[in-house]
Amino acid sequence: MANETAQGKRIDEATGTETVGHEWDGIEELNTPLPRWWVWLFYATIVFAIGYTVAYPAWPMIDKATAGVLGWSSHGQLAEEMAEDRQRRAPIMEALALTPIERLPENSDLMRAAVAGGRAAFKVNCVQCHGAGAAGSRHYPNLNDDDWLWGGDLKAIEYTITNGIRQPEHGGTRFSLMPAFGRDGLLTSAQINAVADHVLSLSGKAKDNPQGAQIFADNCAICHGPEGTGLREFGAPNLADALWLHGDSREDVIAMITNPRQGVMPAWEGRLDPPTIKMLAAYVHSLGGGEDFVEIGADPAVEVDETP
Amino acid sequence: MERVLARTGIWFAILLLAFVAAAFARDGGYAIHMGIIAIAALIGLWVTISRQDYGAIARGILRMPADPSRYDDEVIRWGVIATVFWGMAGFLAGLYIALQLAYPVLNLGFEYTTFGRLRPLHTSAVIFAFGGNALIASSFYVVQRTCRARLAFPGLARFVFWGYQLFIVLAATGYLLGITQSREYAEPEWYVDLWLTIVWVAYIAVFVGTIVKRAEPHIYVANWFYLAFMLTIAMLHIVNNLAIPVSLLGTKSYSAFSGVQDALTQWWYGHNAVGFFLTAGFLAMMYYFVPKQAERPVYSYRLSIIHFWSLIFLYIWAGPHHLHYTALPDWAQTLGMVFSVMLWMPSWGGMINGLMTLNGAWDKIRTDPIIRMFVISLAFYGMSTFEGPMMSVKSVNSLSHYTDWTIGHVHSGALGWNGMITFGVIYYLTPRLWNRERLFSLRMVNWHFWLATIGIVFYAASMWVAGVTQGLMWREYGADGYLVNSFAETVAALHPMYLLRAFGGLLYLSGAVVMVVNVWRTIAGHLRDEAPMSDAAYDPAKDRPIVAVPAE
Repeated sequence: MANETAQGKRIDEATGTETVGHEWDGIEELNTPLPRWWVWLFYATIVFAIGYTVAYPAWPMIDKATAGVLGWSSHGQLAEEMAEDRQRRAPIMEALALTPIERLPENSDLMRAAVAGGRAAFKVNCVQCHGAGAAGSRHYPNLNDDDWLWGGDLKAIEYTITNGIRQPEHGGTRFSLMPAFGRDGLLTSAQINAVADHVLSLSGKAKDNPQGAQIFADNCAICHGPEGTGLREFGAPNLADALWLHGDSREDVIAMITNPRQGVMPAWEGRLDPPTIKMLAAYVHSLGGGEDFVEIGADPAVEVDETP
Repeated sequence: MERVLARTGIWFAILLLAFVAAAFARDGGYAIHMGIIAIAALIGLWVTISRQDYGAIARGILRMPADPSRYDDEVIRWGVIATVFWGMAGFLAGLYIALQLAYPVLNLGFEYTTFGRLRPLHTSAVIFAFGGNALIASSFYVVQRTCRARLAFPGLARFVFWGYQLFIVLAATGYLLGITQSREYAEPEWYVDLWLTIVWVAYIAVFVGTIVKRAEPHIYVANWFYLAFMLTIAMLHIVNNLAIPVSLLGTKSYSAFSGVQDALTQWWYGHNAVGFFLTAGFLAMMYYFVPKQAERPVYSYRLSIIHFWSLIFLYIWAGPHHLHYTALPDWAQTLGMVFSVMLWMPSWGGMINGLMTLNGAWDKIRTDPIIRMFVISLAFYGMSTFEGPMMSVKSVNSLSHYTDWTIGHVHSGALGWNGMITFGVIYYLTPRLWNRERLFSLRMVNWHFWLATIGIVFYAASMWVAGVTQGLMWREYGADGYLVNSFAETVAALHPMYLLRAFGGLLYLSGAVVMVVNVWRTIAGHLRDEAPMSDAAYDPAKDRPIVAVPAE
């Protein structure tokens, strides 16, 4: 072989390097030695690789792999970091567990810590519906304002988060059912149009009519109140303000009377621990619309703060 | 005549089978695909019947002997056109999905036009249609020249080309119809996989057959890389697509693996598709076209041997780095990482051999725009093969994984390395294949070069910033030890970067449009009147196989 190729060898003029002697379609190859820096870096990566596999779990054996001299494992690292974090948060979590939410505002340090934790929990669990800034969107309530369906003091918010709204198969969930006046034939289409005008007139969006007012008084006032200002026992929204969950056009209102949406919020009890729910309540309360306690009833599901 | 009859019979049988399969299909997608196969068979049938030289058959000559003193370049000419065509389709799809990420309204509300379906269309179009056609065409070109022999099995070579196009059409329509195995870069379902296997085996037969009948004593390094690419892709494709179809008349199949084994098989495949399709295959192109265009000897024969064997030995183990911090056992993650780190120098061996081949001809970077294409592609190759091992290090990966950094990394490799070298090869091949004096315009190559290069810079830089931003925002904890950002906030923060990325893609696509015009006009035989730039010399008299003189 050497003899066969030797005849093709020549010294390349530009580089002064000898060619190997073969030629393919005019392409020759120089016999340049491997660049030293390349060889040494290659060795260095191999040495690093061997060292790394000694230090960390690497070589598969018969029933399990070598564990590595550092004793590191990803499960171990996770457990360690989680334990560290639990320990760091332990004083706050214990304090939160022991403090009834009504007493939270008295302890400003704890309140601040709760709001910070609630903000983080909110970003993971609540933004999907209520939005990153808690401003909600159509059909999903805005939590920044002071328009509360089921009550806006700490205790009421905690109760709502714990038990959810219309959460199936959850005792104690907040529940109400607005009749489907159109779908079930309780009102005619003309009656619905009339009462929609009345509802819109409460916030000055339409001209009132006596027929609509009468229908409202007969059918709606029992939950929404004679003035349409809502009733929190039933989660019945205030219809006389400028805030609309399901839209403020005439079509939207007619659609809600005809076939109402029954929004659902999950009950977080069992998914989140009680201190985290307290944190969430503190965070939501802190957003701007949180209400003070006026009266604290024995059963918060019924006797909630009713000051607007 | 029997030959014509036999072929007609085969086409007719395929047509009939496809028709029956379409009629009894269990789902609409399968029926459409069988319809496409029936149309392909119909075209084959028509070509077989109409293109026969009946006069020659009558005179007892079965086939006109091809000119043995010329290389068999017909299939390569088709391949160059297919590369340009699919490249445009893939770049356009890429730009569109980049805009979809910035403006979700562009999903248009149809299932067929959602990001989820267009994204595999983009990846497969650029990797398998654009890159694959470039590899098939260039390998047929290179193997003939470096073996000084005509293609073995010319009929099979044509089958490889058209069969591969059918695979592309089935894959692409499948994505739009929602037919997918949900395996990244291996989305086509079982029957398309089987078809590709047949085509691929034929491809290997043509290539190896040509090497076997070579007139040169040694096998040139480019052919080692092509062989490594073909054989490894065959193995990867078959193992990763092992699946049981629910019905022979339906699209759905279930993988032979499950759980973390399935994930590891997929990423063993996915990573080596990068390693052997986009690295080894394109290095093969580099080893022929760079020395040819530079008109210089390859820098180091020894380096080519060492880096070839180290590259193919190390690459195959690096896949687990795609599954860091997952259910994959720690030991497998460790090995995936260290093999990736060791891969750094073997990868760079190709860059060194390519760039240093310009020793004695560095001035050509100033004067020869095609050399410029090759040099920038090698520069991007070097950059992404450093970035890859770095991102495989677990502590880096914990920041970069699942972020747009990965997208930036992939595109600096794909747009920079694979794209630019393919453009260079197309510019090299077109005038030679169509027997033109030179390209329509070398100045336009220069325009293409700058548009593409600036486009890549926009793309890669914006995705690096986006990726690091994303990674840091995901892991950002406030003073109280709680997460600061919700996921939606990290998405909103990336919007400006997505716009810059789409702008980069637009520049890259514009460069490709310039190429289409240039290739088109070159094929049409036009020459642009312009100040000359330098190009490699071409002597058609030397571009011939060595024909063994038959013993009389």
